[in-house]
Amino acid sequence: MADNNGTYLIRGAAVLGAGAEDLLIRDGVIGARGTDLHADGATVIEAAGLVALPGMVDVHTHLREPGREDAETVETGTRAAALGGYTAVHAMANSTPVADTAGVVEQVYSLGRAAGWVDVRPVGAVTVGLAGEQLAELGAMADSRARVRMFSDDGICVHDPVLMRRALEYVKAFDGVVAQHAQEPRLTAGAQMNEGEVSAVLGLTGWPAVAEESIIARDVLLAQHVNSRLHVCHVSTAGSVEIIRWAKERGINVTAEVTPHHLLLTDDLVRSYNPVYKVNPPLRTDADVQALRAGLADGTIDVVGTDHAPHPSEHKECEWAQAAMGMTGLETALSVVQHTMIETGLMTWADFARVTSTAAARIGRLSDQGRPLEAGEPANLILVDPAARWTVDPARMATMGRNSPFAGLELPGKVVATFYKGHPTVLDGELNTPYREPAASSAVVS
Amino acid sequence: MKHLLSTEDLSLSNAIRILDTAEEMAAVGDREVKKLPALRGRTVVNLFFEDSTRTRISFEAAAKRLSADVINFAAKGSSVSKGESLKDTAQTLAAMGADAVVIRHWASGAPHRLAATDWIDAAVINAGDGTHEHPTQALLDAFTMRRHWAKLAGSGSVGADLKGMRVAIAGDVLHSRVARSNVWLLRTLGAEVTLVAPPTLLPIGVEQWPCKVSYNMDQTLEQGVDAVMMLRVQGERMNASFFPSTREYSRRWGFDDNRLRALDSLGLKDTIIMHPGPMNRGLEISAAAADSPRSTVLSQVRNGVSVRMAALYLLLSGDTREPAAVPDTTRAYAHSNAAHSTKESN
Repeated sequence: MADNNGTYLIRGAAVLGAGAEDLLIRDGVIGARGTDLHADGATVIEAAGLVALPGMVDVHTHLREPGREDAETVETGTRAAALGGYTAVHAMANSTPVADTAGVVEQVYSLGRAAGWVDVRPVGAVTVGLAGEQLAELGAMADSRARVRMFSDDGICVHDPVLMRRALEYVKAFDGVVAQHAQEPRLTAGAQMNEGEVSAVLGLTGWPAVAEESIIARDVLLAQHVNSRLHVCHVSTAGSVEIIRWAKERGINVTAEVTPHHLLLTDDLVRSYNPVYKVNPPLRTDADVQALRAGLADGTIDVVGTDHAPHPSEHKECEWAQAAMGMTGLETALSVVQHTMIETGLMTWADFARVTSTAAARIGRLSDQGRPLEAGEPANLILVDPAARWTVDPARMATMGRNSPFAGLELPGKVVATFYKGHPTVLDGELNTPYREPAASSAVVS
Repeated sequence: MKHLLSTEDLSLSNAIRILDTAEEMAAVGDREVKKLPALRGRTVVNLFFEDSTRTRISFEAAAKRLSADVINFAAKGSSVSKGESLKDTAQTLAAMGADAVVIRHWASGAPHRLAATDWIDAAVINAGDGTHEHPTQALLDAFTMRRHWAKLAGSGSVGADLKGMRVAIAGDVLHSRVARSNVWLLRTLGAEVTLVAPPTLLPIGVEQWPCKVSYNMDQTLEQGVDAVMMLRVQGERMNASFFPSTREYSRRWGFDDNRLRALDSLGLKDTIIMHPGPMNRGLEISAAAADSPRSTVLSQVRNGVSVRMAALYLLLSGDTREPAAVPDTTRAYAHSNAAHSTKESN
């Protein structure tokens, strides 16, 4: 590529889906936004027909490193993220060792910086070893170089009400948030799928909606009582949407996320016994899918979080009961949300920016992500071709996980370019190069 | 029909075809030489991930009466217990040239996985998977009921269905693959099914099933019933609070001596009592009920071999497979070949 001093002129993009404008990217920031912009030496990107959006921020990603590098690494997971339109991801804490100390979160943070594809923001565990017994050193993780603000035992519910209360209280000291995996453990012992009409026929142990809803109901009341900030991971039922709506009406400081797969897929797919559809929380019914879409559209649900969960193939090529729970999602999220929310008329691209970027950055307290596409703002942005259609092929993805439930599905929307800190990590729909920190100036001085 | 995985998707014509073929197979069991050459040179693997001596020997007897070679593969003490995956086990059996795999597995859906993947090309027969289905058990139950129903009507069973027959299935429906397979098959055959169970042992979603649900055994009997099928209940369920005690379970849901007498006083002289076995005498069924002339428990076992012969024969000599050697001596076999030519997709 010609030396352009990191200057890019995006011509004629529909900013947030509105009228065509030019964006000038220079020195890591948006230098100008307007019509008929010019810049000598800039690389010009013709963006007619493309939508410009803030870089997506995932509040819920499993990068698997350290510990399960056979499933995913920070490098492969963040390549997938960049291709999917992300400029920041929150890496969940259930690695091996668990991210429950400053040392582990700093390791993940460093791996993210070294990879250079997106901003990797480690999530700290709420309890030591995710064991649900003793608070992890939340303050040390908050004060570390990783500046952790989101804490979660994701995969496991902080079910002890006293421990949950203490965690909610404690994180107030550094403006943190507790992201709860809402799953009452006794009601879901051995659970394999949504409990209902389909589980009755298939003879698979049910995961009842009430196991999610009862924890959310308890937690919003706890958050109100201690006046703290609660985030509910991967909301999956109509009842949960109702409870969160009620809580927000009462002014409780709660945010919620929904996954792309819960916006599209139902438990009918489990009839195949194909473990690619096994996920926690499980796929629910069509009525739940419709309620989740409505909740995302009206703001009850704040963000889309992928819960990207890659697994090695042997963990899915087996009996349903033996299979691991989880689906990949980073490279399909944009398309699934476009398909379920925009093409259905429930949302605009501006709404898309809110639920995939702005609100997500606010929950994670990421000051330089999810910003407006205005002059002077950090150049974390993407260009999307909304007219593109493509067929999902897990073998062609950057993630190491082949467990995409959307395999073979034709979906709309393609990420054409991703700019992270002003650098194109993705160009022409292909991975470009990672972002590199500018060389330290101190070396020159000495 | 390439596989026999469930009764939920078994068509009426295929169900009748299996039952009719089983009638012919039963005739073989009455002969001096209880053997047909139909599956000579074919290999049937009994792949059992869960202990079940009864079902395994029933399939083994069925395959041997059809002259197939039988390999018994019990997961316990084998490479499976050393962590070998279902996929590797299936591919191993495929490499050894298995023509049919009879699989019993503790995990619901395991037979579907074998049938849906490219791990193995053999015909798959579900011999009971988790709490999902046990189709050959339902077929042998239907076979037993059909003979009884036809005898009452004074007609033959071949070609008949179960229209109008009232069947109560009582007990731990939630954990029962037998109950599920029976509900679907009896629906297909036109019987009227009532499930009788404590509410804790009925699955959420049962209201969508093609049957009635009752919490009261005595009322169900009073309303009239032609067959009562008692399901095995495990005492350990008590520990998970599905019911307070085995005694209370027995009093409210068991088929005890009082209920046996009630059949007489209600004038239900032709009502049969069924049980898939093994029985917990004194828990879900009293000794007197199990041993009464109404009990079909041993007929069910006998019919199981005939039904499994029929299933193996139809799957292994179907259109998608090479034709089996045509035996020239058995009238029954020729008849089933004729039925076979009307094969339809399942």
